[in-house]
Amino acid sequence: MPDLSALRRAISALERSSACERGDLFGFGAPEIDGALGGGIRRGALHEVYARKETDSAAASGFGLCLALRAARDRPLVWARQDFLDLETGALHGAGIAAFGGDPAKILVVRPGDAAGVLRAAGEAARCPAIGAALLEVWGAPKTLDLKASRRLGLASEKSGVTLVMIRRAAAPEPSAAQSRWSVAAAVSTALQDNAPGRPAFDIELLRHRSGLPPRAFRLEWDRDSLSFAAAPLSRSVAAVPADRPARPAGGGLRRRAG
Amino acid sequence: MPGLIARDHEPDEDAALLARFAEAADRWTPLVALDPPHGLVLDVTGCAHLFGGEAGLRDDVLKRFRTGGFSIRACLAGTPDAAKALARFGRVAIVPTGGEAAAVRPLPIAALRLEEVERAALSLAGLKRIGDLADIASAPLAARFGEELSSRLRRVLGRDDIRITPLRPPPAVRVEKRFAEPIAHQEAIESALGELASRAAALLEETGRGGRRFEAGFFRTDGAVRRIAVETGRPSRDVRAVLRLFRERLDALADPLDPGFGFDIVRLAVPTVEPLGQTQPGLDGKAVEEDELSDLVDRLAARFGAERVLRFSAADTHDPARASRLAPAPAVSRREAARPEQEAGEPPLRPLQLFEPPQPIETLAEAPDGPPLRFRWRRALHRVVHAEGPERIAGEWWRAPNQPTRDYYRVEDDEGRRFWLYRAGLYERETARPRWYLHGLFA
Repeated sequence: MPDLSALRRAISALERSSACERGDLFGFGAPEIDGALGGGIRRGALHEVYARKETDSAAASGFGLCLALRAARDRPLVWARQDFLDLETGALHGAGIAAFGGDPAKILVVRPGDAAGVLRAAGEAARCPAIGAALLEVWGAPKTLDLKASRRLGLASEKSGVTLVMIRRAAAPEPSAAQSRWSVAAAVSTALQDNAPGRPAFDIELLRHRSGLPPRAFRLEWDRDSLSFAAAPLSRSVAAVPADRPARPAGGGLRRRAG
Repeated sequence: MPGLIARDHEPDEDAALLARFAEAADRWTPLVALDPPHGLVLDVTGCAHLFGGEAGLRDDVLKRFRTGGFSIRACLAGTPDAAKALARFGRVAIVPTGGEAAAVRPLPIAALRLEEVERAALSLAGLKRIGDLADIASAPLAARFGEELSSRLRRVLGRDDIRITPLRPPPAVRVEKRFAEPIAHQEAIESALGELASRAAALLEETGRGGRRFEAGFFRTDGAVRRIAVETGRPSRDVRAVLRLFRERLDALADPLDPGFGFDIVRLAVPTVEPLGQTQPGLDGKAVEEDELSDLVDRLAARFGAERVLRFSAADTHDPARASRLAPAPAVSRREAARPEQEAGEPPLRPLQLFEPPQPIETLAEAPDGPPLRFRWRRALHRVVHAEGPERIAGEWWRAPNQPTRDYYRVEDDEGRRFWLYRAGLYERETARPRWYLHGLFA
């Protein structure tokens, strides 16, 4: 059937070659998840991060920033978020971003008043090749954010190579043109000595992947020194003993002191 | 008179109307000054030929104001004071060069705009007209009626000439396009702006400068003027970039550009300029990236307003709220701010998101100086499983005295959410019942 094969060829030409599809990937840094994803997820594409519950918003923002930092490779970031989110979960904190491994001097924050503004700001950022990655944070399910809008963002991002990470809060996953879609919840961290909260930990679930990978869940910890993820130990009961120092300093108090 | 409508005098409204007239008068000359309560002074030096000579210019001014339903008197003279006096009290339309003295002589002394007391004093002395004063030697006049009168007289007679102080200083570069047939369509407006931008760019290039602020003025046929400005983060004379900014700005206007019956003048002014040499990108492309980023900031600022496009500016302080602030992007220097180095292997000690002001919470404290076991925030109860602290941050007494000391704790609840809490006030030293607050959320 020559007609059918010609059609297939035409379609594959339209959908771009699989080589391009694989093209430029960025991994998570943890072999388990990179292996499952075949190396990582695409740079220069739109990825979606859903907060599993409203209370997981901070975790979703954090995970989104992790992805953006890994995709951006030291280039500047643009972070567009609706202005009223500052009341919901607090304003972005530069010292906190620095403590997370990012460089606040390289982040441009845009605070439009509505979701349409966020999409427009992200569209502008996606057309600027000097940007490494752009984060866009949208609350709820605004009408302006439809399949067409996400498709447009995806195309702009593909053209310029700017990775887009869309953080959706208080929204149920819905169809979009995103390359991958993740659901993120906060996870209990591996406690440090004296029961101190450990590195940021996330329970993430791959909901959808463009190349048809099956849904999978991972538990990851973020290492801000190497800007990479590590698989978190699933067991909660045993606290990890630091390798480079004694588990408990001699004569140490009951509580780990900070500052 | 039953049909007479009486209204209270509203000086503020009058002043606003006069300001609008001054904007509209910008079409004749860039040098416009207010002469309150109801006058405008236009310096038309070198402008008259654009309107068919001085008579043509005056006719145009009269015609436009009368079309708007206002009664107006206008006079052209060599000095501003002579023109002001003649417009109010004289019958001369245009004073020939050097003819000011002769023209103002018949005017009453009220044309000098003196105080009532001085006018009465002059009347008592039998001096009724400016001509009477002009004949007296200035020294005795000043001795009797004050130096002020003498200098006013000299100015009205055209012996002294002072410049007017224009409302808006003339821009460094100004180009304009006039339309015999007023334009109203967006394409026509954009193409006019495009032409003006390339003319302005050529002028800027000749002098080796670039604009930091571009201001488009749209003059409607009915006299209304709309000015729209865009700013750039670095000096620019890139026609396409400037046009793109204008397009963003026009697109984002809360009240759109209303052409009414059309614009008959479109003007582009560049009030702020900076030196800008010829540049070429370096081989590493670093400079290009910087420029692209700066253009992106300009476009975003044109669209959303400068107060919504922000960068972090670091301050050397322990106060978490002041340590990193978001400020309009162009105002923040790109200099790397010194940040405390964090120990490798440590988790982040500062939250990603910070509440300002901090949110009050209800707590069940473990001990007077320990982290809470449970706390309630936004009606949800959180059970603390991991905690670290305290990190004590004292208030900056040199800014605001008597701020309680804060003991910060990093806590994690049983669902893995990490919070930054603090207790305000040292127990028993600063307060008997310390209050707890949630200051930030960790990822």
